[in-house]
Amino acid sequence: MTTHAEALLADRPDFKPGRPLLSVRDLRTNLLKPASFTLSAGECVAIRGPSGGGKTLLLRALADLDPNEGLVCLDGRDRATMPGPEWRRLVGYLPAEPGWWADTVGDHFTSWAEAAVVARALGFTEDSEDWPIARLSTGERLRLALVRALLVGSKVLLLDEPTAALDPASVRAVEELIGARVRAGLAVLWVTHDVEQASRVAVRRLIVSARQVREEVRECPAISR
Amino acid sequence: MSSYIALTYWQLAAASVFVLIDAALSVFFGLRVHRSLLFAAIRMVVQLALVGLVLTTLFSIVSLLWTGLAALVMVLFAGHEAAQRQERRLSGWWSYGLGTSCMMMSSVVVTVFALMTAVRPNPWYDPRYAIPLLGMILGNCMTGVGLGLNTLTTSLAGRRAGVEAQLMLGASKQVATAPVVREALRSALMPVINSMAATGVVSLPGMMTGQILGGVPPAEAVKYQILVMFLIAGGTGLGAVTAVLGGVYRLTDARHRLRLDRLTSPQPT
Repeated sequence: MTTHAEALLADRPDFKPGRPLLSVRDLRTNLLKPASFTLSAGECVAIRGPSGGGKTLLLRALADLDPNEGLVCLDGRDRATMPGPEWRRLVGYLPAEPGWWADTVGDHFTSWAEAAVVARALGFTEDSEDWPIARLSTGERLRLALVRALLVGSKVLLLDEPTAALDPASVRAVEELIGARVRAGLAVLWVTHDVEQASRVAVRRLIVSARQVREEVRECPAISR
Repeated sequence: MSSYIALTYWQLAAASVFVLIDAALSVFFGLRVHRSLLFAAIRMVVQLALVGLVLTTLFSIVSLLWTGLAALVMVLFAGHEAAQRQERRLSGWWSYGLGTSCMMMSSVVVTVFALMTAVRPNPWYDPRYAIPLLGMILGNCMTGVGLGLNTLTTSLAGRRAGVEAQLMLGASKQVATAPVVREALRSALMPVINSMAATGVVSLPGMMTGQILGGVPPAEAVKYQILVMFLIAGGTGLGAVTAVLGGVYRLTDARHRLRLDRLTSPQPT
């Protein structure tokens, strides 16, 4: 796999291979079996696996939303040494069904003017601020929640099927937006059921099934590249 | 003071005819409530007769220990009632313990305050004053604490996605749960606010009516009623705030996670 990572980093001059950004060792919950893997800055790793296999459990445990054990470090800093909210600002999580706590779109952003810059790339306009959440489609909700998550400025982003309910044009827009962030150094774990999307956005893949996480070993790595 | 008119048992028996009329209506219209109606009426008579006996004994001995024990039993029953009214309970001992301890704390603080500053019987723990005051405060506190906790748990469960969405973006548990806490406290205080606003116009409070029937001049009875309403408002507010904040403490953790796993599944009520 290292040859892979090196090949990948070669076309990205702004990155040098170094120690991993996110390192996970024996991360486990009462349902999830111990998982160990690493993620580098500017790397996007696809997560695949059957429904109910534990993909969401893994992301929730990484974001420290469910009780869990194990050693998780970001940039060499142990997660246990920082408060939960600080960790979640560094390791963002976009769930498959994002939640809302106010009535209109604008109420979910500290500054809509700032948000609108990112939102425009995903097909929203300035006046989307006043839209009621109740009238948004599933796809619109996913894209807005992505804007919300990107604005936090986290170093790692955990995406749970961020394009599941989107039309092809929106899927492309989301992939481009996240791709740009990855090239700028963001590390991403991207859960997807779509094999083609997995190969478009990521080189490395993790398989999560039967609540176990393992690295996917492919017989002919990157033969199409 | 003792210008009240004593009732005979025959007079009570005569009034019980109205319950029998209710039962007859139930049979006639096929409401199927006559059995539970009669059972409730008999239960009330037995409970009140026992309470009468207990109070007679308590009042005659005027002991701090026995007054305290009676108060404790009342608080434990109130805690049980409040826990029964929860659609989704906190798991384990928290369900009973949280509501009960908050009610105990708030109603005892408020009752002792009233006995020390306003009513001032001698001795201060004279059960003739302490027990009825505690009873009135506790009854309202129970409603407030029960409503507050029930709103907190159902609303946290219902708005889980919204609360967790804020946590995911790095909000603290205090910020993420604030709207739910506000809603729970509002619903806990609403009955007290409504009853204060309606008192005297829509309803004549039972205690004031009782005092007037007992021969107390209305203006004096009104003063007592105002005191009791203030005590009820204080006790309910104090009990509800501690219970709701205790509930939030239990349903979140030090890592600022939402811990709905510490809630039982919905109870049919």
